[in-house]
Amino acid sequence: MGRKLLLDRINIEGIKTYDVYRKSGGYDAVEKALKKMTPDEVVEEVKKSGLRGRGGAGFPTGMKWSFIAKPEGVPRYLLCNADESEPGTFKDRYLMEHIPHLLIEGMILSSYALGCNKSFIYIRGEFMWILHILEKAIAEAYANGWLGKNIKGSGFDLDLHVTPGAGAYICGEETALIESLEGKRGNPRIKPPFPAIKGLWQSPTVVNNVETLSAVVPIITMGGDTYAGIGIGRSTGTKLISACGNISKPGVYEIELGLSVEEFLYSDEYCGGIKDGKRLKACVPGGSSVPILPHFLVTKTANGEQRLMSYESLADGGFATGSMLGSGGFIVFDEDQCVVRNTWNFTRFYHHESCGQCSPCREGTGWMEKVLHRIENGHGHMHDIDLLWDVQRKIEGNTICPLGDAAAWPVAAAIRHFREEFEWHINEPKKCLEKNYGLVKEPVLTV
Amino acid sequence: MEEIQTKIEFKPETLKEIDRIIKQFPEGKQKSALLRVLHLAQHEFDNWLSVDVMDYVARLLHINPIEVYEVATFYSMYNVEKVGKVVIEFCHTGPCCLVGAEKILKHIESSLNIKPGQTTEDGMFTLKAVECLGACGYGPMLQIGETFYENLTEEKVDTLLNDFRLKFN
Ligand SMILES: Cc1cc2nc3c(=O)[nH]c(=O)nc-3n(C[C@H](O)[C@H](O)[C@H](O)COP(=O)(O)O)c2cc1C
Ligand code: SF4
Ligand code: FES
Repeated sequence: MGRKLLLDRINIEGIKTYDVYRKSGGYDAVEKALKKMTPDEVVEEVKKSGLRGRGGAGFPTGMKWSFIAKPEGVPRYLLCNADESEPGTFKDRYLMEHIPHLLIEGMILSSYALGCNKSFIYIRGEFMWILHILEKAIAEAYANGWLGKNIKGSGFDLDLHVTPGAGAYICGEETALIESLEGKRGNPRIKPPFPAIKGLWQSPTVVNNVETLSAVVPIITMGGDTYAGIGIGRSTGTKLISACGNISKPGVYEIELGLSVEEFLYSDEYCGGIKDGKRLKACVPGGSSVPILPHFLVTKTANGEQRLMSYESLADGGFATGSMLGSGGFIVFDEDQCVVRNTWNFTRFYHHESCGQCSPCREGTGWMEKVLHRIENGHGHMHDIDLLWDVQRKIEGNTICPLGDAAAWPVAAAIRHFREEFEWHINEPKKCLEKNYGLVKEPVLTV
Repeated sequence: MEEIQTKIEFKPETLKEIDRIIKQFPEGKQKSALLRVLHLAQHEFDNWLSVDVMDYVARLLHINPIEVYEVATFYSMYNVEKVGKVVIEFCHTGPCCLVGAEKILKHIESSLNIKPGQTTEDGMFTLKAVECLGACGYGPMLQIGETFYENLTEEKVDTLLNDFRLKFN
């Protein structure tokens, strides 16, 4: 059994409520920080812990915090990113639904560290019922003196509120989130200036993921060094993985970083293997934006080494033979799934979610969707594959925000690893409507 | 299909709630309450935002009507045209499709005899195909109002549709 730091108390009856949470040691970390630590010492512990952003990019949290500008007399803001809209990802929801006080505790600690007196949780509008759970928990925290003025006599004031989006994946991008929180359309801003300098209402702002902020609680409880001892190399601590697709046990699992993919995918403690005894075809290990891996690169790397659930090992081989840990949305495909159809589906998603500000993203996603739809439906031409390759290359790196890259990578990876399946669709326009291609062949390595 | 809604006014308790929400933001930043107020408006005024409703919201928040229109048309949860009494938001993104969402969507389409984007003739159901709702491990799934219905089968969908028919008839 791996060590659990976020979900360790999840099975305690009533842990959603303040009383039970407090009895289980809840808010002890805030007490410790406010009584015994300066804000800079909290930042220092987070730096030592090696914690990396759990929202997708994996940027070191302590370092991000140290970038925040501190001009005299200007308020600073901490925003929690609870937009959770990356296909395959449903872990933040699980935390907020089942143990809402953990996030609140993490936000108090982080706001204290950053010197913020007003913080917000921005939650996707479809999670309105979770917004109500959070508001209830926040009211309990106010009532018990953990929020508001002069928290527990420390002199530190903090107001915390939750505010909803209304259906737009792009609002998970941090500057779009800020725009949305200001009551506007979610159009990402051109950077610089970065939010750490000019964010919400032009004030210095930090945006962090739900899981990142929650992880600050165990870090303060156990100390950054101890946290850094869990996991593997620069992938420290634990990570929530939301597993879905064709597996026996879909759900949210907390793993110690460094667990082997094989154990995660096949053991009964986690995914329980491919559903109905079928064979594995492919896996998208970190949410829809990261490259798809064919079956022979899932549990081992191109060098034949064991693939691990860590930032480094999942990326081993670069985009040629690796992928990314991303947001931890682990999507599994069995042998009966069609890679062309799924790539079309994902591309339709990005086209729908593009905010439309930059032409490579707005037009490119639309073209890729059209071409993929044509191939999937038996009307493709051989040169369509090259056309797709060309379009995705022209999007990547040429846009205001990373949604463009997120749309390009899945297409590139699908063509890279499943070209024969694309060609089969084009050569067998009738057959491809009736059946699926099956597994791709493992290339024979020439030494 | 503009409809004139003669008396547009939030219930007193909603107005109180809006007051509470506005106070969460600093003085002068009441526009930040817009998204939430539009959710409340949609809930209170027949599941959609008519121009009159949006103008009313603009007056309440002391912002220009155009600032409301541009937000209402950007976000997928807002309906800017009249919809049915029950709005079904069905997830048709990849992970849900891996576990059979397309088949369930077809089943709903044939049960209601409408395609995504349409409303049944009796004005009861509107069907929307939407993108990932953050329930990928529990698909196929759909949302009605604030509730998620997960791990759907054809039988579950039949029961659900019947329950809503009974509730609203
Ligand atoms: C299109 C797009 C969507 C994103 N969606 C989310 C999201 O839903 N949740 C999230 O935490 N981060 C999301 N991110 C990443 C955020 O921009 C940001 O990096 C993250 O919230 C930072 O928090 P972290 O450092 O704690 O990971 C998204 C980024 C992009 C480009
Ligand atoms: S890359 Fe796409 S989503 Fe991002 S700003 Fe440009 S158009 Fe908008
Ligand atoms: S793909 Fe349907 S909820 Fe995520």
